[in-house]
Amino acid sequence: MATWDWQVFCKDTIDGKIVPGCFGGSGDTTYLDWLLSAWGWTLSVSLLALLVALALGALMGILRTTPHRGLVLLGNAWTELFRNIPLLVQIFLWYHVVPALIPPLRGVPSFILVVLGLGLFTSARISEQVRAGIQSLAGGQRMAGLAMGFTLPQTYRYVLLPMAFRIIIPPLTSESMNIIKNSSVAFAVSISELTLFALQAQEETSRGIEVYLAVTGLYFISAFAINRAMLFVENRMRVPGMIGGGT
Amino acid sequence: MPMIEMKNVSKWYGEFRVLTECTTQVEKGEVIVVCGPSGSGKSTLIKCVNGLELFQQGDILVNGISVGDTKTNLPKLRARVGMVFQHFELFPHMTITENLSIAQIKVLGRSKDEATERGLKLLERVGLKEQAAKHPGQLSGGQQQRVAIARALSMDPICMLFDEPTSALDPEMINEVLDVMVELAQEGMTMMVVTHEMGFAHKVAHRVVFMDQGKIVEDDKKDAFFGSPRSERAQQFLSKILHH
Ligand SMILES: Nc1ncnc2c1ncn2[C@@H]1O[C@H](COP(=O)(O)OP(=O)(O)OP(=O)(O)O)[C@@H](O)[C@H]1O
Ligand SMILES: [Mg+2]
Repeated sequence: MATWDWQVFCKDTIDGKIVPGCFGGSGDTTYLDWLLSAWGWTLSVSLLALLVALALGALMGILRTTPHRGLVLLGNAWTELFRNIPLLVQIFLWYHVVPALIPPLRGVPSFILVVLGLGLFTSARISEQVRAGIQSLAGGQRMAGLAMGFTLPQTYRYVLLPMAFRIIIPPLTSESMNIIKNSSVAFAVSISELTLFALQAQEETSRGIEVYLAVTGLYFISAFAINRAMLFVENRMRVPGMIGGGT
Repeated sequence: MPMIEMKNVSKWYGEFRVLTECTTQVEKGEVIVVCGPSGSGKSTLIKCVNGLELFQQGDILVNGISVGDTKTNLPKLRARVGMVFQHFELFPHMTITENLSIAQIKVLGRSKDEATERGLKLLERVGLKEQAAKHPGQLSGGQQQRVAIARALSMDPICMLFDEPTSALDPEMINEVLDVMVELAQEGMTMMVVTHEMGFAHKVAHRVVFMDQGKIVEDDKKDAFFGSPRSERAQQFLSKILHH
């Protein structure tokens, strides 16, 4: 078995010389610099896509529970569309096909396209969870809100959504962790994120084990951090007297 | 002018006719009890009164305002009609105080202080002042239903609708809720109450409406109804629940 050589990360990416302190600084880039910047790209793609997914997913999920047939149809169509095409195919569609069909999108950087692609894909899944969350409250809460004189939007705002979101925090957590993992598809359109880094760095250095271990570690840390953050939110939002709530 | 006037109301779920030509009225200050076998359409009927259920034929006037008219501002009408549900339906993520004040603030435009004060006064009235800071999940069923009544009262309703308010309660809690309702009735609140609590009906109801298969089969003064119901269905129903 080959010995591990973590020094590989201290090497300059151009001449392969080990840089003291491991960080390149002025003009030079070490593999460690590159790794961290790739992590930054992974996090940027993931978090922005998550914002897109939460906003659109919540909206579409809500539409699907309204009494208006047209809105329900719109929400359903959206969900089915983005749920039934493989993610990688969607990314390629955004990259190759959409700009061809919609000329103004031609100059848009691939980073934005990936954020949209991953965001919309995930929004379909979140839409599903939001719908289920609202429907799990049955009709009683909706009627109670309306009976108090709330308009339908007020009923959602004050009655249905606060409970629905609490209920779906666990599936939203795994969706948020998935988005970190799924962001690796961005390598397919040459975003310099962790997976692309791993592919290229192991080729250049032939230290595949170290490179992949480092990348794996960073994916793990990122997903785990999201998990902890959501757990914190879940505890903060816990309703006293409810199942699993404090007293 | 009656507080609630129901004229030939009919409703279908697809092919299935839930309500057939229902006509009745509730005068100001009157208490009417609606009873009848399960599935006879009592809940549907009472939910039509504040437009929570839509109907296809006939009309309902609440204080002269048409519920069926598409131009009617339903939220505004509902804000003045209190409703109490079988399963309480308090808002579980809010404290009791918030449950009592949120609609006053957001619907009636009252200040937070004013709404809270009014809410606490009503909470005291239903005997639950100490529970103000708790959440609904921390109260017993009977306590939750009393809060639900206080919540409806916080909007200064012109009439109150009750849909089987005690049927989800353990027997020992039924009376604490009925007591609050009796008191309300004695103060002159206009009430339409779906219930099988015939003791309550005996005590405060002015009239009893008996429903069967979506039709109002009997609509009588209380004494006439309990004395000698005309329809066989009502007689059977009464003997069944009275000997229960
Ligand atoms: N959304 C719906 N779609 C189709 N049928 C319905 C719907 N809601 C109620 N029904 C039917 O309408 C009928 C009347 O229901 P409703 O709930 O008004 O009866 P109820 O008298 O309140 O009964 P219970 O004593 O069990 O509460 C029932 O046969 C019920 O199955
Ligand atoms: Mg019912």
